[in-house]
Amino acid sequence: MTEFLAMNGQGAYVWSAYGISLLVLIGVGCAPLLAMSRTKRQLRRRQRRLAGSNWEDGNWE
Amino acid sequence: MIRRGWIREAFHRSGSPRWFFAASRRWMIGLYGVGIVLILTGSIWGLGFVPPERYQGESARILFIHVPAAFLAQTIYVAVAVAGLVYLVWRMKMADMLIAAAAPIGTAITAAALATGFIWGIPTWGAGWVWDARTVSTLALLLLFFGLLALRQAIPRPERAAMAVSLLAVVGVVNIPIIKYSVEWFITLHQPSSLEIGKAPTIAAVYLWPLGINILGYYCFVAGATIAALRAKIVAREGTTDWVQAWLKKTAR
Repeated sequence: MTEFLAMNGQGAYVWSAYGISLLVLIGVGCAPLLAMSRTKRQLRRRQRRLAGSNWEDGNWE
Repeated sequence: MIRRGWIREAFHRSGSPRWFFAASRRWMIGLYGVGIVLILTGSIWGLGFVPPERYQGESARILFIHVPAAFLAQTIYVAVAVAGLVYLVWRMKMADMLIAAAAPIGTAITAAALATGFIWGIPTWGAGWVWDARTVSTLALLLLFFGLLALRQAIPRPERAAMAVSLLAVVGVVNIPIIKYSVEWFITLHQPSSLEIGKAPTIAAVYLWPLGINILGYYCFVAGATIAALRAKIVAREGTTDWVQAWLKKTAR
């Protein structure tokens, strides 16, 4: 196992490259999903606010 | 009998945020899933189950993630440029949303391609960064992606911003053939392509498997992420429409 991790002395290069790639892929994969839940939360808040002001009944003036 | 006009129909449908939103959830989940499985398979295979390369040694394993990122960086840019052209010609708002969704992903993937190339270069070339046509044109690609992000931020009116970003995307596409042919036109340290469509690969078959699986995996995963980002843009921009409001209520649990 240690031998595998050492990669004949090139372990630092191999593992840092794979580590960076993993972080980038996690970021690329998660960011859109987080953006979606953030947007949904904002829109729901807005929906509740509008519902509270009787806007839908038309007597919001 | 061949149905005529199906390309036109597909084009019009994909221009409809509502239709795309309804159809794309399954594609997104499938592409994410297949992408994760393929990348894990290809990476474990490449790290543990192929022999070290004769000249590069163990660091050649970095190429199994460097090459897919470099391919993807260019593919994403071409997709963004095509969307830019579509926006300029037809003012299709989905095209602009696609640019907005894909540009940050392209930035991250291009940065990954440069970073893994840099790390691979240290033991292999004896230098992380070299002023080589391939590396410089890829750095230019990263700057172009940054430019697309910055330009949208800098212009307050959305339609104006969409126009400017589309124009930059289309103009910037000249960089793509420069990246592609840089290893042929110029004397570069970067090696020429080992994989080309329509040609026999010039790498050993043992390396072809993990590389091919990872390339396919990166394409699937990034396509899934791009669809996810596009869906988030659609909800944000169409948030006041009846169908998004109805969808919010339906998914409220």
